Amino acid sequence: MTAPAAPVRRTRALTTLRDMAARPSGAIGLTLITLHLIIALISPWIAPFDYKEMNSAVILGNPGAGHLLGTDHLGRDVFTRVLLGGREALLVTGIATPIAMLWGGMLGVLLGLRGGWIDEVLMRLVDAFLALPGILPLLVLITVFGSGNEVLTPTLAFFFGIPVIRVARAAAHEVVARDFISAARARGHSPLSIVRREILPNVTDTLLVEGAMRWSWMLLGFSALSFLGFGVAPPTPDWGLMVSDARVYMSLAPWGVLGPMIALSSLIIGINLTADALAKALGLDQGRKAVI
Amino acid sequence: MTTQPLIDIRGLCVGFRGRSGSMLPVLHGIDLQVCRGESIGIVGESGSGKSTLALAAMGYLKHGLQRISGEVIYNGADMFTRTAAELARIRGGQLGLIPQNSGQALTPTLRIGRQLDEALRLHCALPAGAHTARAIDLLTQVRLPDPAAILRRYPHELSGGQQQRVAIAMALAGEPDALLLDEPTTGLDVTTQAHILELLRDLARTRNMAMVYVSHDLGVIARVCDRVQVLYAGETVLEGPTRAVLKTPAHPYARGLLASIPRLGESTLPRALEGRPPSPGSDRTGCAFAPRCALATDHCRAIHPPMVQGGTGQESRCLYPEQIAQMDMSGSGAPLSCCPRNSPLALALDTIAIRYDRPGSFARFMPARPGPPATVDDITLTIPQGETLGLVGESGSGKSTILKTIAGLLPPAQGRITLGDGTALAPRVDKRPPDQLRRIQMVFQNPDESLNPRHSVADILAQPLSLYFGLAGPELRRRATEALETVRLGAHYLDRRPGQLSGGEKQRVAIARAFAAAPEIVLCDEITSALDVSVQAAVLELLNDLKARHKTTFVFVSHDLTVVHALSDRVAVLYQGRLCEIGPSATVYAAPSHPYTEVLLNAVLEPDPDHAPHLLTADVAELSPPACGCPFQRRCPVKLGQRCDTDTPPWQKGADGHAIRCHIPLSELNKTGRG
Repeated sequence: MTAPAAPVRRTRALTTLRDMAARPSGAIGLTLITLHLIIALISPWIAPFDYKEMNSAVILGNPGAGHLLGTDHLGRDVFTRVLLGGREALLVTGIATPIAMLWGGMLGVLLGLRGGWIDEVLMRLVDAFLALPGILPLLVLITVFGSGNEVLTPTLAFFFGIPVIRVARAAAHEVVARDFISAARARGHSPLSIVRREILPNVTDTLLVEGAMRWSWMLLGFSALSFLGFGVAPPTPDWGLMVSDARVYMSLAPWGVLGPMIALSSLIIGINLTADALAKALGLDQGRKAVI
Repeated sequence: MTTQPLIDIRGLCVGFRGRSGSMLPVLHGIDLQVCRGESIGIVGESGSGKSTLALAAMGYLKHGLQRISGEVIYNGADMFTRTAAELARIRGGQLGLIPQNSGQALTPTLRIGRQLDEALRLHCALPAGAHTARAIDLLTQVRLPDPAAILRRYPHELSGGQQQRVAIAMALAGEPDALLLDEPTTGLDVTTQAHILELLRDLARTRNMAMVYVSHDLGVIARVCDRVQVLYAGETVLEGPTRAVLKTPAHPYARGLLASIPRLGESTLPRALEGRPPSPGSDRTGCAFAPRCALATDHCRAIHPPMVQGGTGQESRCLYPEQIAQMDMSGSGAPLSCCPRNSPLALALDTIAIRYDRPGSFARFMPARPGPPATVDDITLTIPQGETLGLVGESGSGKSTILKTIAGLLPPAQGRITLGDGTALAPRVDKRPPDQLRRIQMVFQNPDESLNPRHSVADILAQPLSLYFGLAGPELRRRATEALETVRLGAHYLDRRPGQLSGGEKQRVAIARAFAAAPEIVLCDEITSALDVSVQAAVLELLNDLKARHKTTFVFVSHDLTVVHALSDRVAVLYQGRLCEIGPSATVYAAPSHPYTEVLLNAVLEPDPDHAPHLLTADVAELSPPACGCPFQRRCPVKLGQRCDTDTPPWQKGADGHAIRCHIPLSELNKTGRG
């Protein structure tokens, strides 16, 4: 008897993506994210001006043919800076989100499987941390170690991984109670192999959706840090920093605030819609259809 | 009794819209008439549409289902055209529904009293002050002990049987004209089931209610229903008086279903009904049952048989009703493979005790208090190689707990387990060497839970193969294919996922996974209880075959005494985690000696209209074992007195390894006999 050839995987990822694109929320969300990613990649080449170039002739200039979104208080082109302003945020959060999901997810699943006093102690620590306003510990760490992407990335990855522990632990708890875990334990598989082969495949869906949500939160967090002056250092353009700079002149030149705000919110909305469509496509959200 | 039917379903077709956009029918042209005082049984395999029919009788369809045609007339008007307010008044009031799992139908955060009061407030004309008295009255009617105390309890504080009784009481609160019962006793113990069925019979008679009883179990139908409708693939294939349907079924499907039920009186395995029903939306030109029917001809495959009036008052959808009586439906013919005598020991349990309540980290610093009695206590068993030992008992008797302890998932509080060669098994699974682990494999109750839904069948079978034999690549795949063949599944199953398999196929994969390890001992935990009877017969046959070929030792746990009887060489009866009786299957079933075994066997239902269970009127299930004395002291019908309450009964040995634990001398117990 010849055994049939091994199957080709990946079909699930493809069908999920197709299912997402078929939903209005998924279609809008995926389009917005793709658009932002493309702009972030090619903006240095398509930006009409140099982001550093100051023009004292058109300080707080109105939008027009030359400057699509006008100019800021230093006479720099706002449109150029909006195009470039997401690069830092996307780079940092794009690296930090997977790291946060990885460490938070792994630790959560292990705690969910093992239980016992380690679980008790660590979860109380997580609770204690979640009781603090999110931005506070971030600020403390940054004041100690200084800002800059090499500090921001691990810091964000660490702090945004903590709530993931809770989600992953809950998801793992649901799986651990099922008989196939008992079956694997009775066969004598090691805990690590049980996590890898039995639990992870059943929690990845939940973690994927959670990861998308964490990404949008982290983007907001990063922008908030920049807004407060702890994130991106000027003159590098960043949405948070731009809002912070332009808000003083809001009555004179509202586009300086509006431009970066629309850019940031469209990305956040895009991610949230995608997460929603992902949850529905994976069958995690059993509720009725969302508004869109 | 009026001649006008109370529930009148005519030509009901229900379907759902498939992925292709076309309508896929689940029910086809169902006719069902139920008069007051009449009870109708609806029988069929899972997926036959019987639950959909019961819900449709209330004018309710599950999300996604639509009525295509037909009408459901209740009390003169179509349920599907009534207003929401009318429906709200009828449902739960005049028309009661008792679902399968009442534990889930009761709100966990409200006391029973509150929930009953709500039903009374909505559907009963009594003044509010009389509600408590009425609630107590209802609970008394469903024969719950101490109804006033039950009112103050939360649902989780009641046993499954008690929850089911509360659900019946709630359905009775609105003084219903008709009751719809959707497998209300499935999953309950034999004794509890028998008691609830007697209760329903009495209630239907005294209150002149109409009943629609949905079940896959013909034994249950035989006990409560006047008429039976057999559904197959969403269509009525047989309709007639219960007695005639059970004695001389006029449809091959009903005949096959009846033959697949294991019975106490027979020593051979029941005949399995091979194949599976067609899925909704498949081709419906010929007879739907033709692919599984021994009588099928080309004629059957070409035309759709109409309902034809038969001789015994039955209407059947079969072209050859006269040939059915000649069908060979004797047992599978496979002789029960028997364990060779004097074979060496495979497994020994020595005075095992298991406790679930362990002192917590806080309680360790508290002064020691005597804890509750152990969940499982004093279990000593020796199992020779190649034997199938059946463990029977009601839920909570510790059957599954003992299996988990043997598997190393639950360390015993006391006692030791040794393998045949004398090596002691470590109490915890992670302390056992790989070879010991390989030798003991376990098959779980529900394959939906025991197979990882994300794995393909190949992945599932690869786990023991790569763990114990270090296989990989093409060799691993070849051995996985072999493992599938041992459970009679083809290699094309390898790339499917559990979600794409039927219940029976899933359980076969679970069995294949256990046998892939080439085990010496296989622990089976209620492995057929989640399956249809027809599928169950096939799985039993498979186990019997594996036992003969591999000389495997089985420990087979089940609450179904007929299933244990069909498969076991020896049977051990457990009550509240303590052994009551152990002995060769034939001896124990032919002449049960222990009073508890007798109670259990007397409650077994058979698909025979002349069979009636013998029940003890005051028999109530218990939730915890007594602190001392005989565990069965509180329910024993032949209790001697003080001695039973204080002294643990001694083992009395009979012939052929038969032993019971009772204060009454064995010779005296044997004299009373069964019944």
